[in-house]
Amino acid sequence: MTETEAFEHPFAKYLRAAMMPHIWCSGCGNGIILNAFVHALDEMQMDLNKLVVVSGIGCIGRAAGYTNVDSFHTTHGRPIAFATGVKLAKPELEVVVISGDGDLFAIGGNHFIHAARRNIGIKVICANNFNYGMTGGQVGPTTPLEALTTTTPYGNIEHPFNLVHLAAASGATYVARWTTLHVRMLAISIKKLLQREGFSFIEVVSPCPEIFGRRNKMRTGLEMMEWFRKASVIENFSDPAKAEITPERIVVGEFVDVEKPTYEKLLHDKMAQILKESED
Amino acid sequence: MKSLVEQKVLALNGDEAVAYAAKQADVDVVAAYPITPQTIIVERFSEYVANGEVETAFICTESEHSALTACLAASLTGARTFTASASAGLALMHEMLFVTSGCRAPVVMAIANRALSAPINIHGDQSDTMAQRDSGWIQIYAENAQEVYDSVIQAFRIAEHPDVLLPVMVCLDGFQLSHSVENVNVFPDEIVKKFVEVRRFPKVLTHEGKLALLKLDPENPMTMGPLAFPNYYFEFKRQQEEAMKNALEVIRQVHDEYARISGRNYGDGLLDYYYLEDAEIAAVCLGSTAGTVKTVVDELRAEGVKAGLLRIRTLRPLPFEGIQKALENVKAIAVMDRSMSFGGYGGAVFHEVRHALYDYDKHPFTVNYIYGLGGRDTSPMQIREIYRDLQEILEKNRVETPIRYVGLRE
Repeated sequence: MTETEAFEHPFAKYLRAAMMPHIWCSGCGNGIILNAFVHALDEMQMDLNKLVVVSGIGCIGRAAGYTNVDSFHTTHGRPIAFATGVKLAKPELEVVVISGDGDLFAIGGNHFIHAARRNIGIKVICANNFNYGMTGGQVGPTTPLEALTTTTPYGNIEHPFNLVHLAAASGATYVARWTTLHVRMLAISIKKLLQREGFSFIEVVSPCPEIFGRRNKMRTGLEMMEWFRKASVIENFSDPAKAEITPERIVVGEFVDVEKPTYEKLLHDKMAQILKESED
Repeated sequence: MKSLVEQKVLALNGDEAVAYAAKQADVDVVAAYPITPQTIIVERFSEYVANGEVETAFICTESEHSALTACLAASLTGARTFTASASAGLALMHEMLFVTSGCRAPVVMAIANRALSAPINIHGDQSDTMAQRDSGWIQIYAENAQEVYDSVIQAFRIAEHPDVLLPVMVCLDGFQLSHSVENVNVFPDEIVKKFVEVRRFPKVLTHEGKLALLKLDPENPMTMGPLAFPNYYFEFKRQQEEAMKNALEVIRQVHDEYARISGRNYGDGLLDYYYLEDAEIAAVCLGSTAGTVKTVVDELRAEGVKAGLLRIRTLRPLPFEGIQKALENVKAIAVMDRSMSFGGYGGAVFHEVRHALYDYDKHPFTVNYIYGLGGRDTSPMQIREIYRDLQEILEKNRVETPIRYVGLRE
């Protein structure tokens, strides 16, 4: 009998094996997003001692526990506020928020627009699964019109957010949208997100077959991916205002990539200037 | 007691019992935000809305803070208003809890009790509502799904009573009650509708000098929630306290009237007494744990031990005199707290009960048991140990450890 040699997975160092198996349903896109994130870290040879992952409540919120870095799992809606505190206290750290659409844009919506407006140098990855998956599939801020959820059993009447438009309008310096079908583009985009200085945002349209899909004629992860394949078009630097997600069309790509001074830098410069003036 | 009307038995969990009661109570506005373990309440209710079974304006807001704010505003226009939450959701409502009670808006809210972060925990304990016991809301804690149903219906009558006009929380233990299916006797719709009545309004003098119903109405304009500086603020608060005092009697009346129709009573509506007449040792607790304690008391009684239980059903307003009277002859008391008051020498219920006993000449031994935090199970065996501790205290005639923790690794 030959002894099998135990190989360590090349990405093992990025994840906490003790936390596995993960809680995500089969067909869920969260694993793909985490995978793309880890790929980006590996390709960048990111110093894990300089990386902080913050998440909120929701299925993807577990990402903070799964990644093998300093991390914090906040209460509902607060990851951006928490990340802001980390970034201000330790500007040298790379602070990444990985959370969901309900967490970031409903209960935490105010934090998002103000962090983007101030251009705090944090990076936000949003898994958009169109509903509150973890609590059982209630209507949320990105639920498409007419979609069925547990709280809209005959169809949603609320207009959803167009997240990339919201991010761009709020002042984010890097804005992109991909679906979990665009794995490579997503990983490349996450690399860019990590390289940017200012408030950066990626929306990842993600399948939720168990909770959202099965109420909306997409029972499996594959069927949801099939929707992404049919509907998505790559249009880099198109107008984010015209990028609403509809059953027929999901515009993906990069929408914004600009540079402007971050809050931390302006704060530092302002303090230096005041100190200098008081010395003079 | 016999029921005056025919009731049907439904298999409902606690959350569904809440939703069913709210549906029958003819609610005008529901605004809510999902949070475990309360989600089923709002899901079921949204089905009633979608099916046209209720005439309720319903919105899933973007946070609990917005949910209660919308409920408050709706209530001030005269609408019967309901919402539900738990844990961090209730904590996020904190600001609006005080505004709601301060505006004397009779909003009814079900709370599926759940632990507070950090660390994150979705399971049951009573830290969330205990942290809000000074917010001016009436708090009723239910023992089982049947009582949940009955309490929600009673809550509307209590909240909207002109002598009370205070918001009411009906608290049900997360998962133990919210998610456990039980047989629940429910009334026909028209009986509930008759019981809750149409909302009544007291008449107040407006700034125009007219007598008008206390609600926002363009015909009789008035301002709600304006500034009240040091010259008047204090009087507003004193009136809230007076309303709480009135609530003690109203809760009892509403409970008794309901009991006559339903054939079900929960002590006197404020306190639920179990073998206390001749009890030498007794536990005091809230919520679903009382079910387990009652089983243990039955066993102990069969063994000849004079054990009893006092279940506090209404924590706010606190039935202060009732607690004194109920524990009059008990020699050793174990107060059970499913939350902590950090640094406060024992839990919140312990504070209340010891406080109530202070004026008595006979000072019974009173010890505190903190239990079940973050959903940790509390077994009949552990409850037996609590009674055994009380027996030991009586034998030794002294208390060695006044504050104890049930089933804790130390």
